[in-house]
Amino acid sequence: MQSNRLGWILLAPTMIILFFFGVLPFIYVIFVSFHSWNPFATNPEMIYNGADNFRQIVFDEGFLNSLGVTVMFVFFAVLSELIIGYLLAQAFMKDFPGKAIFRTIHTLPLIVAPIIVGSVWKLMTTPSIGIIPHYLDEWFGITMNIGTSTFAAFSTIVIMDIWHWTPLVTLTLIAALVSLPQDPFEQAQIDGANKRQIFWHITLPMITPAVIATVFIRLMDALRTVDEVWMLTGGGPGSSTRFVGIHIFKEVFPKTNYGYGSTISVIVLYLTIVACWLLYVTMLAPRNSKKG
Amino acid sequence: MNKKSTIIGLIFWTLVSFLTLFPIYWLFVISVKPVVQLFSSPELILSDPFWGNYSKVWNDRLLRSYMMNSIIISTGNAILCTVLGFFACYALSRFKMAGKESIFFWTITNRMAPPAVFLLPLFLLMTQVYVVGDWRMLDTRIGMILVYCTFNLPFAIWTLRPTVEGISKELDEAAYVDGASPWKVITEIVFPLCRPGLAVTLMLTWIFAWNEYLLAATLTNFNARTLTTGLSEYVTSTGTSWGIMATISVFTLFPALIVFSLVQKHIVTGLTFGAVKG
Repeated sequence: MQSNRLGWILLAPTMIILFFFGVLPFIYVIFVSFHSWNPFATNPEMIYNGADNFRQIVFDEGFLNSLGVTVMFVFFAVLSELIIGYLLAQAFMKDFPGKAIFRTIHTLPLIVAPIIVGSVWKLMTTPSIGIIPHYLDEWFGITMNIGTSTFAAFSTIVIMDIWHWTPLVTLTLIAALVSLPQDPFEQAQIDGANKRQIFWHITLPMITPAVIATVFIRLMDALRTVDEVWMLTGGGPGSSTRFVGIHIFKEVFPKTNYGYGSTISVIVLYLTIVACWLLYVTMLAPRNSKKG
Repeated sequence: MNKKSTIIGLIFWTLVSFLTLFPIYWLFVISVKPVVQLFSSPELILSDPFWGNYSKVWNDRLLRSYMMNSIIISTGNAILCTVLGFFACYALSRFKMAGKESIFFWTITNRMAPPAVFLLPLFLLMTQVYVVGDWRMLDTRIGMILVYCTFNLPFAIWTLRPTVEGISKELDEAAYVDGASPWKVITEIVFPLCRPGLAVTLMLTWIFAWNEYLLAATLTNFNARTLTTGLSEYVTSTGTSWGIMATISVFTLFPALIVFSLVQKHIVTGLTFGAVKG
């Protein structure tokens, strides 16, 4: 085996770039989070205020609300994506004419920019020009207005996210299903197991790593969703779709309270890392090390 | 029985495809409608397309320079991330370095950060610290290529790792025994074997960079502004001009579609996320 020096040389460029564009800004954010700072005010100095920002956050209803909205969004969106994605992946396991074309079509949403997704759904759902409210009204007499209805706005965003990201789940699960060995399935059929038993006792345990990896990726991305929601609802109506990312955007930029905005960022980052680390340590790491 | 299930399958997939394609189709419909028709009752079928929005956007020199910037930045970034990510994955898979799992996890944490967090520190660092003589990193293409590494490099490492791990280590060892240099082993043995995974990584990082909005909107003013920021810019400056907004969206979507069509065959191979053994 080669000496470790070569390994470090190969890793060095990655680490240097991530240090300058990831770690340094991060340290800076932590530094600022202990200050009160408005760089555009008449007194643009950074004033050290200890843990005041962190104390404030516990009583900040706006922040706690945005955290709740985010968790709800992540839960509904990721769960629906997993279920729909799994069903579609299973359907793709069979052979049927035109399979390749259908799969390509199904993959398309992945490449659409979040900001464009936001504008497409805005074009489709804005009352007076949108096609969805128009036909809901004409066919079912339902009024849908994402500008005033909390439920309409929130569910539109969940549906938008499902449209955008289910293909990723489908693709990873197809990859996992394709690579499964056939023996256990044949064995189970010989032993007379029914479909449900096969799913719970064979398929699910074997694709668990893929499911976890997918949840991992989706969780990270769903938690930082900003662009499309910003475009679609801007966080409204009220604060019903004001996700954490948007809350930071609204807290940091218009109020130019960089100290407090940084504090929120630090907390959010911390919570994200803890959630993902737990997932990684409990589910993925043991399997990787077993593989060698 | 078999024929019947095939037909049901086809109906099912046509329906799914319709749901998938409709938003994209609708974007196109809006982009070829004159303003007056937008507010009348929506028609599902396109009749009498109006190309005024397209010529308006295409003849806009500013937007064309934005498009050029987008192409340069995303291509540069995708190549950089794929190559560096490949090197990093090779190091992680072939060497027993202390703390390499922590390093791996650390690279991914860079991708978790809410992007809004880093806007201000990056802005200040790029205007005041990352400066060489008169040259500032803010609003440069190089700067944006490097900034996009914060989310694309971790992604590249994350998706390439199983691919590189999947290449048998005995191959390298055999080559070393034959007296090949490490550089030769990496570029001539491992690199070609990883090609499908690399192609998908290249494509996905390209698309992520192409689609990025928030960082580009804050860290560029004019010289390195990208198409996605142009989209929001034109929306605000003309009120909400739905037709133009849809047209720029179509222009932004189109190159991504082309890139996608180049490597879509390999997408499943590349996206296995360590879930599948090599």
